[in-house]
Amino acid sequence: MPSMKKELLTFFLFAMAVVIAPLFFSGGYLMNVLVFVGINTMLAVALNLLLGFAGQISLGHAAFFGLGAYISGVLTATCGYSPWLTLIIASTATSVLAFVLGFPILKLKGHYLAMATLGFGIIVYIAFNETVDITAGPSGLTGIPNYSIGSFQFDSDTKNYYLIWAFTLVTILLSVNLANSRIGRALRAIHDSETAARVMGVNAGFLKVQIFTLSALISSVAGCLYAHTMTFISPASFGFNFSIELVTMVVVGGLGSIYGSFFGAALLTLLPEFLRTFQDFDILVYGLILILMIMFMPGGIVRGIPEIAGALLPAFKRTRGENA
Amino acid sequence: MLRADGITKTFGGLTALEDVSFSVRDEEITGIIGPNGAGKTTLFNIITGLYTQSEGKIFLGDKDVSGFPPEKLARLGLVRTFQNIELFGQMTVLENIMVGLHTRSRSGIVSCAFKLPGHLKEERKIRANAAEWMDFCGISDLSGVAAGNLPFGKGRLLEIARAMALAPRVILMDEPAAGLNSRETEHLADLIRKIRESGVTVVLVEHDMELIMDICDSIVVLNLGRKLAEGTPREIQENPEVIAAYLGSD
Repeated sequence: MPSMKKELLTFFLFAMAVVIAPLFFSGGYLMNVLVFVGINTMLAVALNLLLGFAGQISLGHAAFFGLGAYISGVLTATCGYSPWLTLIIASTATSVLAFVLGFPILKLKGHYLAMATLGFGIIVYIAFNETVDITAGPSGLTGIPNYSIGSFQFDSDTKNYYLIWAFTLVTILLSVNLANSRIGRALRAIHDSETAARVMGVNAGFLKVQIFTLSALISSVAGCLYAHTMTFISPASFGFNFSIELVTMVVVGGLGSIYGSFFGAALLTLLPEFLRTFQDFDILVYGLILILMIMFMPGGIVRGIPEIAGALLPAFKRTRGENA
Repeated sequence: MLRADGITKTFGGLTALEDVSFSVRDEEITGIIGPNGAGKTTLFNIITGLYTQSEGKIFLGDKDVSGFPPEKLARLGLVRTFQNIELFGQMTVLENIMVGLHTRSRSGIVSCAFKLPGHLKEERKIRANAAEWMDFCGISDLSGVAAGNLPFGKGRLLEIARAMALAPRVILMDEPAAGLNSRETEHLADLIRKIRESGVTVVLVEHDMELIMDICDSIVVLNLGRKLAEGTPREIQENPEVIAAYLGSD
């Protein structure tokens, strides 16, 4: 476990990088992508708390993201509420749902839990599509306002970048704190052996529900931010594919590594953009990269790169020695 | 301290335990022995809340704890170790013991996430306390090692240290000497005596007769799901029924 000072320094450096990044990309199309990296990082961190720490799979996390986006989107676009108020309403409502859903669903383990969360995700997705009177259905909900403070409107990519990353940084900081606490240890204990964790007095059943709820809460906040940044949402963004993509981000970044979730989210968000040059073959290259990463870095990017570097470095030195 | 009253457990048509009653006295080491399939581990799983008995009651002190889940029993001071050690393999030795201190700290998600002062103070206490238990079991030098990488014998010690960190009233150990060499077993015997001297009641399931006879204050013998005998090591050694059960009678 890293010491507290090292932890704070890591967070500080990371936050500085986030703050100055727009100086290099400002105005460009990449700025828009970096907004998405922020949202996806939040979602990946949220899922990582559940999947990487507590070891509980969810294949329906896009639903919580969608619920946040739609509740906030509908209440502002249709009912004219303030987006800040609906941020609270949407995240509270989603958390209550997750809490109630968590009790029965988290009694399931492994594949059964995967199926149940998958089912939940699909039900919510269908609801977005079919409740046309409320959500405008597959054609999507328009007219969602941007966030604003007084007369200041968050109406550009750069402004939204700072807004979203403020939330993302808070999420990361709180998650790192949680990970290095008795709750984080209890979650990892459940992951390794639920029986032993319970024998040690960890109320595994309730703690799993709590972390599921927290994960849904963060996801729904990300959903709100997404809706008011895009000002347009449609069900397609909250389907099964996106749930799988979130799991991929967490696994590629590294299970149980909070900063890993950032790298996973960044990679999976940026990669498709860079792979456009391959045109029709982009999805093949994308798949190949993921396969290679899982093969050579099963612990994720954050643990994998130092390992591979450590393995390659002596080899490099040897070759150079022979040449000289 | 711990009392089982008429415990019966059936799995479908199979009766694993039938009307087993015994009691464990305070600050003693009680051994539960019996041939394979006698129902020892089933009995342990019932006492520690992993199984629910078909009939009968378990008392901890004067409290009826029948059917309590393990996490609730842990808070009442009853803890166990496992035959095939159940460690948190991806966590370090220190962290494993810190999980053992879970019930002795109370910071919730909010307090932990925001690093409230109460939580920080508690965290320091947990860390210091965990270090003491590492020292108690003689594994301080392994503090930063991942539990999954420990040799079996050290894993055993860690499991005991983790259980002791709960500050239990009763510790149940399921075959603690299984897979240990003779030197490790000797060290284990000393450790178990030290645990008793610290005021904790110990219950053992064990196949190593030498160890049982050496350290136990009293012994319960199970055979084919029933209690065969109960007494001091000397009484048990001289009991003809026990001898017959172990060696077969003609």
